[in-house]
Amino acid sequence: MSTSTQTQGSSAHSTGGAGTPGATSKRTKPGKAARESRTAGTKPTTTIIVTAILVIVALYFLVPVYWVIVNATKSTEDLFGTNGFWLGNSFQLFSNLGDVLTANGGAFPRWALNSLLYSGVGAVFACYFAVAAGYALAKFEFPGRNAIFAFVLGGVLVPGTATALPLFLVFSKIGLTNTYWSVLIPSLLSPFGLFLARIYASAAIPDEVLEAARMDGASEMRIFHTIVLRQLVPAIVTILLFQFVAIWNNYFLPLVMLADEKLYPITLGLNNWRAQTDRLPEFYQLTVGGALLSVIPLAILIIVLQRFWRGGLTEGSVKG
Amino acid sequence: MRSKSAPWVLMAPFLLLFLFTMVLPIIIAIVQSFLTVQRTGLVGEDGAVSRFAGLENYLAALTNQNFTDSILRMLAFGVVQVTVMIVASTILALLLESASARWPGLFRAAYFLPYGIPGVIATILWSFLYVPGLSPIVDALGWVGIDVDFLGPNMVLWSIANIVTWTYTGYNMLIIIAQLKAIPGDIYEAAKIDGAGPLRVVTSIQLPLIRPALMLTIIFSIIGTLQLFAEPQVLSSMSSGINSEYTPNLSAYAYAFQYNDLGMASAEAVIIALAAFILSAAALGISNRLGRKS
Repeated sequence: MSTSTQTQGSSAHSTGGAGTPGATSKRTKPGKAARESRTAGTKPTTTIIVTAILVIVALYFLVPVYWVIVNATKSTEDLFGTNGFWLGNSFQLFSNLGDVLTANGGAFPRWALNSLLYSGVGAVFACYFAVAAGYALAKFEFPGRNAIFAFVLGGVLVPGTATALPLFLVFSKIGLTNTYWSVLIPSLLSPFGLFLARIYASAAIPDEVLEAARMDGASEMRIFHTIVLRQLVPAIVTILLFQFVAIWNNYFLPLVMLADEKLYPITLGLNNWRAQTDRLPEFYQLTVGGALLSVIPLAILIIVLQRFWRGGLTEGSVKG
Repeated sequence: MRSKSAPWVLMAPFLLLFLFTMVLPIIIAIVQSFLTVQRTGLVGEDGAVSRFAGLENYLAALTNQNFTDSILRMLAFGVVQVTVMIVASTILALLLESASARWPGLFRAAYFLPYGIPGVIATILWSFLYVPGLSPIVDALGWVGIDVDFLGPNMVLWSIANIVTWTYTGYNMLIIIAQLKAIPGDIYEAAKIDGAGPLRVVTSIQLPLIRPALMLTIIFSIIGTLQLFAEPQVLSSMSSGINSEYTPNLSAYAYAFQYNDLGMASAEAVIIALAAFILSAAALGISNRLGRKS
């Protein structure tokens, strides 16, 4: 890794890219300008081929989502009787979704709120803890630093499902199984977040900045909460997003911990509905509608968070 | 506060959670794996006594044909699926970060979208595309004379591989993109001045510099493979090819909650964890050796 980082040397930072062709956008961010300066000189045929490949790949990723959108509008007969890639004879999206929201005495909205609670609370705290620890491991010299990192790395390598069973035993001893806490507490830990935070903290936070703040008499906690957190915003967004989705997607942990349907997250609840399709065909339409409703919020979240993916993670700090 | 205590204060919440939800369960799993429970009374109503069983559970697990089959199945699955997925993620990341890509943000969102769909729901979605009668894909293939049974005993493993690839390719791609973005722009400038073409930039700059991200994605994919649970569990009610011990994790789950054999379940969990550990360490070792050569 060190071989090519040496080449950067002392280049004059003219990443503004004022004169580069194609830099017509209003606010040229450094990352964008850098990529557009590379855009200059590429052949149009390459662009067409690359874009064609990207479109085909996009179709693959979007097909199941498209299918669920189209089929959420159908009646149960049309679901089986008409072409799955096109609309059926009747359009009853809204009555279908109404059924989803009211079936089983409003079970679905409750599962959605549970998922939101587990994921939202879990992600915020897990991210805060992981960033604090990752920053400490990246920027402080103290005895045992490498041992702790190796230890946590070892923990990352242990499958979450391997700990879920014994964790169930621990929780049942202290009476926590089948409570919100049984899913929430394990969700507060993000070794992966620590991993990312450590990588980005060591790259994005210059020691000079920390030293300067210490000279000014700022306490370590103050330095962390003001300077460090701000520098790590891109990494924080990444960790938040990943942890939120990881908890939202978790199936094994709630499956092991929860018995009460009222505490279920969406994943468990929806699978419960799907399992009933064998006996009761109307659950097919409920499952399709429920799948659509549970895909939408995360789709929006991911598209909205797109802009946070722009720009380099080390942007705006002293490079080194 | 002096710097001496500061790192420990910063790490305290993480480490406490780590000890409680990670280290403690692992210790319990290891202890449990050496115990066996003997129930007294006809249906165990007189209580149960744990006794030290030595390696009995491990021997039982490793001589259990279903369990060893499930491990071999996951190895075959992992070799194919992880390779396909990581290669695809790397190519997509490089294409999206290349100068030739139009609307990279849009494509990035489209590829990453499946990651936001829980494995269970992804499996439900794909199962609709697998089930004959419901699936337009099966219909379309039937018109051109191809009869596939995506849920047949031989096909279903690769149908699961498709769901996993669909879910995680975009996620791995984003990790690689994050590292690509961290490459300082001046390196590209320098390469351009030296007259390096796009392919040269990929092989000499981008691939070596994203090696840490690639290792990260490979290791997490290996662990993910060994943990495979939700997809086969959901599909098991639709496919005759999936039994309750189809993957190592399904097996451990079945022993814990269906057969009530915690010793065996723990032994299997420990074996799964050890396997993940060894495979990941091997991946890291290979990567380090390659890194030194280049």
